[in-house]
Formats: sequence, C-alpha cells, structure tokens
Amino acid sequence: MSIVAVQLGQCGNQIGQEVFNTICGDVRGTHGLCSKKENEAYHDACTERFFSEAESGVPVARAVLVDMEPKVISQTLSIAARSGHWKYNDQSHFCQKQGSGNNWANGYSVHGPRNKEVIMNLVRKEVEKCDRLSGFFTIMSMAGGTGSGLGAFVTQCLRDAFPTSFILNHVIWPYGTGEVIVQNYNSVLTLSHLYQSSDALLVHENDVIHKICAQLMHIKQISFRDVNQVIAHQLGSVFQPAHTAEASLHYSRNPLGDLMETLVPHPEFKMLGLRNIPQMPENSLAYSTFSWHGLLKHLRQMLIANAKMEEGIDWQVRPPCPGSSISSSHSTNKLLHFNTSIANLVILRGKDTHSVDLGSFRDPSLYTSWLNPQDAFNEWKTPRAFNKYEKSASLVSNSQFLLKPLDNVVGKAWNMFASKAYVHQYTKFGIEEEDFLDSFTALEQVISSYTNL
Amino acid sequence: MGEETFHVFLFHPPDGLLRIFLIEIVFCNCILWGKHEACCGRVHFKVFITLNNKKSKRELYSNICCLIFYYSSKLGMLLFFRSAGDGPDIYKGKICSLKARALLIDMEEGVVNEILQGPLRDVFDSKQLITDVSGSGNNWAVGYKVYGCQYRENIVEKLRKTAEHCDCLQCFFIIHSMGGGTGSGLGTFVLNLLEDEFPEVYRFVTSVYPSGEDDVITSPYNSVLAMKELNEHADCVLPIENESLFDIVNKIHHMVNSGKLGSTVKPNSLVTSSAGTTKKVQEKPFDAMNNIVANLLLNLTSSARFEGSLNMDLNEISMNLVPFPRLHYLVSSLTPLYTLADVNIPSRSYGTHLGFKDYLLIHSSPCKLISSQ
Repeated sequence: MSIVAVQLGQCGNQIGQEVFNTICGDVRGTHGLCSKKENEAYHDACTERFFSEAESGVPVARAVLVDMEPKVISQTLSIAARSGHWKYNDQSHFCQKQGSGNNWANGYSVHGPRNKEVIMNLVRKEVEKCDRLSGFFTIMSMAGGTGSGLGAFVTQCLRDAFPTSFILNHVIWPYGTGEVIVQNYNSVLTLSHLYQSSDALLVHENDVIHKICAQLMHIKQISFRDVNQVIAHQLGSVFQPAHTAEASLHYSRNPLGDLMETLVPHPEFKMLGLRNIPQMPENSLAYSTFSWHGLLKHLRQMLIANAKMEEGIDWQVRPPCPGSSISSSHSTNKLLHFNTSIANLVILRGKDTHSVDLGSFRDPSLYTSWLNPQDAFNEWKTPRAFNKYEKSASLVSNSQFLLKPLDNVVGKAWNMFASKAYVHQYTKFGIEEEDFLDSFTALEQVISSYTNL
Repeated sequence: MGEETFHVFLFHPPDGLLRIFLIEIVFCNCILWGKHEACCGRVHFKVFITLNNKKSKRELYSNICCLIFYYSSKLGMLLFFRSAGDGPDIYKGKICSLKARALLIDMEEGVVNEILQGPLRDVFDSKQLITDVSGSGNNWAVGYKVYGCQYRENIVEKLRKTAEHCDCLQCFFIIHSMGGGTGSGLGTFVLNLLEDEFPEVYRFVTSVYPSGEDDVITSPYNSVLAMKELNEHADCVLPIENESLFDIVNKIHHMVNSGKLGSTVKPNSLVTSSAGTTKKVQEKPFDAMNNIVANLLLNLTSSARFEGSLNMDLNEISMNLVPFPRLHYLVSSLTPLYTLADVNIPSRSYGTHLGFKDYLLIHSSPCKLISSQ
C-alpha cells in the first residue's frame, strides 16, 4: 500500500526531498546484511510504498509539493532530478508568486481557500496512481506561514475528501529561540487545528536535532541541510518496510494503519515523539559495533527519562514501584521527571533481530493504568539493515515527551496574546481573537490530559 | 560574486524589544522622489540611484537616499527590472534592454536630466519620469497640496502602467527625504495615493530624516507633517539619518587610512563601496553615504533574489517586526563595516555589534529615551 507525501512550505519541501533521498539511497545500497530474497522483498515493498514507476525507469516519488513562492520548489525539483536515481513528477507541484509572510491567517484563510481546487486535484492525481492508498504523510513546519496555515487547511481538506484514509502529520517544532517572532502564535493555531483533522502528529524538534548534529554527529557548522538529513534518517527508520508481529512472513502492507492502531488508542492523545539509536557520523560507522542489549537499554532509559539522544541520559530516573499508591507515585514521578507512556512502538533493523528480547519495554509501570501493557507495546522487526547502520532501533512513543515543549509554546503565545501584540496582522486576514482563544483552550485541554497520565 | 560580506540587520521597534533579523524579499516597485544621481558599472553591476535635495551640492550633509540594484540570478533581476525589447538583456557586460521598475519624480529637472544623460539612461525610459520646473521650495504644503493635486492623474496613470508590467506586485519602495518640500510633501501625497489605489500592496518607506545640524530651516515642520502621513499610511518605515551615515563613513575612512599593522581592509568589503563599478566620474562626497543606504536596501532584498535554506520575504519582515499597526518604525544597523584582509572573524560575533551606536543608521536608543524621563 502506498503513502502519498504532501510537502508544504519551505521546510516541508526541503525535508521531503531529504527523506526521499535517504529512502532511495537505503534501498539501492548493498549494506542490507540479509538474504537476497529478503532484500528483494524489502526493495519491492519500499518502492511500492513511496515511488511509482515512470517510463524512463527512474522512480518517481509519490509526492505533492506545495509552496506559495517558487524558489524552494524549483530548487527541490532540480536537486532531486540531478541525483539521477529518483525524481519528482513534473506536474505534481503547485506554487504561487508571493509567499505567506509567516502569517498563519494568510496561509489558512487566504491562500487555502483560493487554491484548494488546484491542490486537491494534484493530490487526487497522485492517489489515483496508487493501487491501494495507505494514507497521507504531510510534512510541514509550525513556525512559518505556508507550512503551518496552509498545511492546517490542506489537512482539513484531505480529511473531508478522504474520510477513511489515515493522515499522519509530520510537524517540525521550531527552535526555542526562534527564527520567527510570531512562531508561537502560528504553532498554537496549527496544533489546535491539526488536532481536529489529523490522526497523529509526529513531531521533530529543531533544538533536539541540532543537538544531535552537534554532539553525536560532530558537525561544526550546522546547516539546515544537516538537520534535515538527520530528520530524514529518523523518518526513514520508521517508514521503511518492517515486519509487524502478526504478519512476520511478509512486509507490513499498511504502515500508517499499523502505526495508528498501535500508538493512538484515544483521539485525545495524538502527539508522537521519535527517538533513534545509534546516531553517528557516517565515517565512524565502520569502526563501531553494537550489541542489541546495550542499544535497547539506552533506548529504554531514553524513554523513561525523556532524553533526547543517547548522550546525557539521566540514569537516576526509575519507573515507579508497582506496589506504591497512585498519589505518591505521581509526586515522585513528577520530581524525577519520569515519562509515562500511553503506547510505544520499537522498530529494530539489522542483524540478529530475531533473538532480541524486548521484555523490558513491556513493564506495566511504564504505562498508564487504563491500557493493557500487552496492547500498549508493539515491536516491528526486519533483518534488513537500514542506511548502513548494522543495527538500529527506533522508538515511536505516545507519551509525555512533548508535554514540556507544548507547555512552553502555549505559555509564550499566551504571554504575547495578553498584550494583543501582532494580533492585528491576523485579524487583517480573518482570524479573530475568539479563534485564538479557542485554540488556547483546545491546547490547554491536551496539556492537562497528558499531565494527568 | 566576489567577497562574501555578511550583513545582518537589527531593528528596534519602538517598544524597546531588540530583534535581529536576516532578510529576504520579493517583487517591488520603486518610487524615487526628489533629485537623484546615478552611475553604473559592469557585469553583475550595481546601479546607483541617488536622491538628494536641492542644496545637496552645496551642502555636505544633505538629505540623500540612494539605491543599488544588484542582480545576479535571472529571477533576482526580474524583481527590480523588466525586460523590454527583443535583444538579450545583458550583452558584453552592458545592460541592453532592461528597464527598472521605478518611477522617478521630482519637481525640478536637474537631477533627472543628469540621470537621463548618464550611463543609466537606458534603464529608465521617459514614461517613468515626472518632473516640473520650479521645485517645492522646501515647503511641505506646496509639495502635498499644490503639486499633489496637479499631478495626481499623471502619477496614477504612470503607476498603473508600471504595475501592469509586474506578474505579481508585492510591495512599493518609497525613498525620500523628510526635510525638503518635494520628497516630503509630494512623497507623502503619493503614499496616500498608493494606499487608495493599491490597498493590498505593502508600502515600505525609506525616509531620510534631517539631522541636528540640518540647514533647511523649515525641515522640522516638513518632517512633522510628513511623519503624520507616514504614521497612518506606511506599512513600514526605515528611518535614516545623515549624521549617522557620516559617522560610519568617517569610521571606515579612519580605519582604511590608519596605516596600522594588520589593518588592511579588503576593498570590496566596505559597506560604502560600490564594488565592481568602473566609475570614471569622480566620487562625490555623499556617494559613500548613499552607498550605505544602498547596501541596506540591497541586503533587505537579497533573500528574494537568491535561493537559501531559510527564505525571508519582505512581508515577513513587516509581520514579525510590527506588533501594533502604528509602531512600524524600524531602526536599522549594518555590520561589518569592513572586512580585514588577514583576520577572519566568525560570523556569529557580528550580532554583538549591532546594538552599538557606531553601526546604526539613525542615532536612536530606546533606553536613553526612557531613562531621560
């Protein structure tokens, strides 16, 4: 089953291009470390999922590129075509001449309705090329105008036009120090609207990825390209074919559906965080070996202690003892910043995955009480190594990972709103103060739900 | 492109919050007021259009504004110019059939005529000029009421013609002085007019404010009357002061001529230089100051003219720096003023310089104002 990617805004397009690059590079690579048959099955599953065949033999990405100004899309198209191994469909892009000006209201209320027909037509054309549609994967940032505003509008349209398909929004959380002054407003408005139409929000934080680039990848001058490549690697590790527990003989046919089923049991809880281990510069890969035991121990502690990467993990944090009463465990958890999960998914790729024991992730104390730990934890495996890493493990978690960033953003936006700063820029395009208040209320509700896990 | 100078802007909106901004922009239509001078160069050339007051030739510090058009990518070029004619746009380093998207307005003919006779005569065609003979006499009322009424239809018509040539018109750049008669009076009249005729198009105004030692006696009246109009009708104002420009020029001059060891400056890196031009005309004293403002506007639009990993539009500047509709005065500063030939300063440290008054294009400090009360 195929996934149609919708790349929105400058961020979405740049990341989308890196994602397809990584996926294509992984599939073509010879570091599969598995049997030829396995490799071929992997190759076929991946190609069906992300690419369609063109007459020229070069795979064409199943993607729709949307932006309000032409520079980024033309750059993205040309970089892809230059690679020679894959490209975008020349017709599947839409751009205008004038950007959204970092204005959510402009993207949502002006550009959205104006261009709805054209964009949905492009999406429909891509969907028709698929034998079976698994769902949509939209990539956007929250800080800007197009990705956030137009992205929220497009997600709504997708939901209306395809009510039975899954929609996974990949959202980029802006830097805390910010590139855009009104990013908190844009983020709040985006999140509250996406929560209504999307099935799940998979979040990457710029600050976290930046730290990974600096400390793990040892990159001196970190550019957005480096950040995007790390993000692409992490996304690839989730979306490349893998065997789910039920269907261990062939690759999962419904990646988005399986993801949603395992991770989003309740519509109130849609925020997914992503962790990937190990991460290191490519030239160090040849000299490193890993054991699954070590990797999984780190991954579990990253989950419990809400660590962003495998360095600097706080090993003091422990799950609460099962015998203690709920109130005391709550308070000690809060003190030690223990991260309660609703559901977790671990994806293992590489050598010897069949022998790995993931029992430590099934510990009921990691999870909330209202979900059976058997249902709360799932694992996907494949013996085929990913992107030259001999062993790699990813964790997609519906937990309190994003509670703090969300709280921060809402707090800052509320402070700004208290003085009504910049509100006139939004009112100009039809977003009134009531809309802001509705968004704040919605997000406060989400924050309180996650806090009381 | 030669040297990589890195210009970062610091805008002080009057609410006292400090913001640092990297910029980019899109299509604009330029309206230049008062008098101007121009000179141009070779491939990747820069075009100067200077705008100065009647007294400027006699006075060293007069209200001047200058604009540099600098194009590299074809897309970037089309933002400020349009292709007219069948031949190639640039042939052997000279502009052949590019016309600037600009309107030059002055109530005296001297400067405009000089442009039309200078090397830029091909870039401006006569349909883009509006001139009169007698000037405004440093009187805002003459500029606004008398010439405004008289030339209203003419201006509207020429504006529409220029706007029609644009695929997508995003903003107007208005460059004028505040102390004189034409620039300030007729300038603000046209600002008003733009709001009526093109309400959705952003109006960016670069105003040259009179300094303390200005010689035009009526400049305070003119400035205040013009300020009222700017308050109400401009989307964004970039105030500039001659005194600050002169200080910067002096600072650079001092550095270049100090003769100290290790202080050789890369010639094209000066913020006052017109890098790449082959000027046979002797540089006039205010050319350096004009170049600073030209560099300012150049860098403001650089993100629109070149690709980058984080593009910033002109309307994004307005969006992020204007929290309340009437607080739209952006104080700008440039750094570095020069790059030393043998010392490499990391670009990160440029940000720290921006708050210093040495780098500001208008001397203003919100803190000083607050503490003096």
